[in-house]
Amino acid sequence: MSEDFSRRQMLQQAAFGAFAGVLSAEAAQHVHHAVAQEKRAAGGPYKPKYFNAHEWRTLVRLTDLIIPSDEHSPGAVAAGAPEFIDLLCSQNAQLAAIYTGGLAWLDREAVRRHGKQFADATPEQQTALLDLIAYRKNHSPELGPGIRFFEWARKMTVDAYYTSKVGIADLGYKGNVGMTEFKIPDEAIRYALKRSPFGAD
Amino acid sequence: MFQVRRSPKVYDVVVVGSGAGGGTVAHVLTAMGIEVALLEAGPMLNPARDFKEHMWPYQVDHRGAGEGGAWYFGRQQWGYFNAPNGYWEIEGEPYTTAPDTSFRWFRSRILGGRTNHYGRISLRFADYDFKPYSTDGLGTDWPITYEELAPYYDKAEAFIGVTGTKEGIRSAPDGVFQPPPPPRVHEILVKKACDKLGIPCIPARMAILTRPLHGRVACHYCGQCGRGCITASNYSSSQVQIFPALKTGKLTLITEAMVRELIADSEARVTAVSYIDKRSRSERQIRCRTVVLAASACESARILLNSRSPRFPNGLANSSGLVGRFLTDTVGFSLTGHIPALEGLPRHDCDGFGGMHMYIPWWLWDKKNKEFPRGYHIEIGGGFGMPGIGSFHGACRRHEGYGRALKEAIRREYGSFVHLAGRGEMIPNEYTYCEIDPNVVDRWGIPVLRFHFRWSEHELKMVEHMRQTFTEIIETMGGKVVNADRGISTGGTIIHELGTIRMGDDPKSSALNRYCQAHDVKNLFVADAAPFVSNPDKNPTLTINALAWRTAEYLAEELRKGNV
Repeated sequence: MSEDFSRRQMLQQAAFGAFAGVLSAEAAQHVHHAVAQEKRAAGGPYKPKYFNAHEWRTLVRLTDLIIPSDEHSPGAVAAGAPEFIDLLCSQNAQLAAIYTGGLAWLDREAVRRHGKQFADATPEQQTALLDLIAYRKNHSPELGPGIRFFEWARKMTVDAYYTSKVGIADLGYKGNVGMTEFKIPDEAIRYALKRSPFGAD
Repeated sequence: MFQVRRSPKVYDVVVVGSGAGGGTVAHVLTAMGIEVALLEAGPMLNPARDFKEHMWPYQVDHRGAGEGGAWYFGRQQWGYFNAPNGYWEIEGEPYTTAPDTSFRWFRSRILGGRTNHYGRISLRFADYDFKPYSTDGLGTDWPITYEELAPYYDKAEAFIGVTGTKEGIRSAPDGVFQPPPPPRVHEILVKKACDKLGIPCIPARMAILTRPLHGRVACHYCGQCGRGCITASNYSSSQVQIFPALKTGKLTLITEAMVRELIADSEARVTAVSYIDKRSRSERQIRCRTVVLAASACESARILLNSRSPRFPNGLANSSGLVGRFLTDTVGFSLTGHIPALEGLPRHDCDGFGGMHMYIPWWLWDKKNKEFPRGYHIEIGGGFGMPGIGSFHGACRRHEGYGRALKEAIRREYGSFVHLAGRGEMIPNEYTYCEIDPNVVDRWGIPVLRFHFRWSEHELKMVEHMRQTFTEIIETMGGKVVNADRGISTGGTIIHELGTIRMGDDPKSSALNRYCQAHDVKNLFVADAAPFVSNPDKNPTLTINALAWRTAEYLAEELRKGNV
């Protein structure tokens, strides 16, 4: 993975080199501005803009369970998913209500079942609860609000993850670098044909 | 007494709108040395500032979801990273729909209009597309033939740059082409499936350069045409026609100019164009010898219908009463297939063009007794796209769950989907048109359009044919359709609305003559898609370019002769 990543960075530098001749000073400035914004976002312990400390701890745990780190790559917390959700909730009361309501529902359900709030429950207790609300087929009047909330938390965590550097590296997306001539590796073509009903040529 | 501010100068030509039609007219006329004033309802375009090409989603803190996650609530009107060029709903500039009508109207308010973001698909109409009535007894024939328009297709393609290959397929006439890029892996599989099914699948015709042209560099294959191209390697009227036209010194560009109406004299000649200067919210008039409407089919119709006077109580150029009628959009239908053969595909950069490298032209044009008249083409999507907001919501819905299993499923399936989008011909019907809403004005005080829209049995049957065909193609690739519940598109959402000021030889059944000149008003021309007599299964932009080019040359000649 790190090999892939450095290769992409190299390509990226090469590509920006290639663009240098055609990018206007103003366009270059635009790119610098975007990168500066990104840097500002990083660094220092994060102070939630919207959630209280308990909600924040619960949200961090929830996103970590939705996309955990594994042997391939870091997970949603490293990708900034809690910060992403916090930022948007701080800007949108409708979204904020979905999250504060959903997190409170999780707590109440965890207390009812295990006598502990969600973030304080054991990993087994946490996943036992998520196993109920992560599937539409479990829908019941009792679980309905949890299922609806989990759909929100899952899709926004997934969005945050796969739009982050670590998520993009996890997928192995190699583009956004530019090419002078468009080419597809023969290896990829052969791979797909061999597995297809058409067979390799 | 109240006095409207009028330009002291009388321009030879005032063009309203700066998209494919207005850009082409401005380019052609200024190249001949004719003085043109161009009115645009939106601001100036600054590609270096306005385009978000090459940006990663993590370079903005909302990742593209918009402030407050607007995207999640359907309130983000267009992808955050797309070229900043238009909206389904514009604050203060509403339109209305008749009861029981679903129609959405995409407006662009920036120099270059929709050409800043459009799909760059550049297809010539076929010879039979100009003769729909003669072919199947439905609709109306065009007053011109393919042969009459072909030289202008040649000029447009040679100037803007279009890729393609000579194929000799009647439904997809060959043109002046640059070499296309090779197909991507999923496109190779679609082609194999089509070969088996006896369906043609050929290199796409796209207004994107693979070779340098007129000082523009070739494509750098970042796949982001929809964000606007900083190197102008794809066609947009703003960068390819209007910026160069400004350098001739013959073009006066007036932005933030929302046209209200055309002022006509007792001789039925347009003498001035009345517009609202949005910055000052005051009316101005620009005097003209001739005027070319290219504000988009519905906006141009709106201007004519709002140009009422005692002499023209139904609006200008509307003695036929048909302005606003014959509105159509393209029939849209799409399916997505999961293709197991593509799972685990070795990762590589397949960004390429922003859009497809291969497409499927209509193939049953000579089949008699089909279940539906006319035809459609198929656009192909797939590959390893740059991930964005919503990219994996389908995976979340299908797999549900969470944790390692979800993460592994997304990784495994990434790049293994093929999207097939049908784009078919809608036949004009009496229930589909636009008119002035008698009760509503926009923030500029201009009466707004009210839309009526209805698909007919023809279009619904065509969509069933698309459904069967797409399923067959996907299954022939060993895949499975993942969204079988899809239906026909909502009217307007393919953004190919046209036909509202149609051309024809008979002033009783058309508003414009064969040169897109108003029958009633000799110094009035229309150069967007409003003159189209039918809406064939080919994206309209290239035909807007070609027809506008022809109209501009005719207008120049009439100016020279002193006829207008």
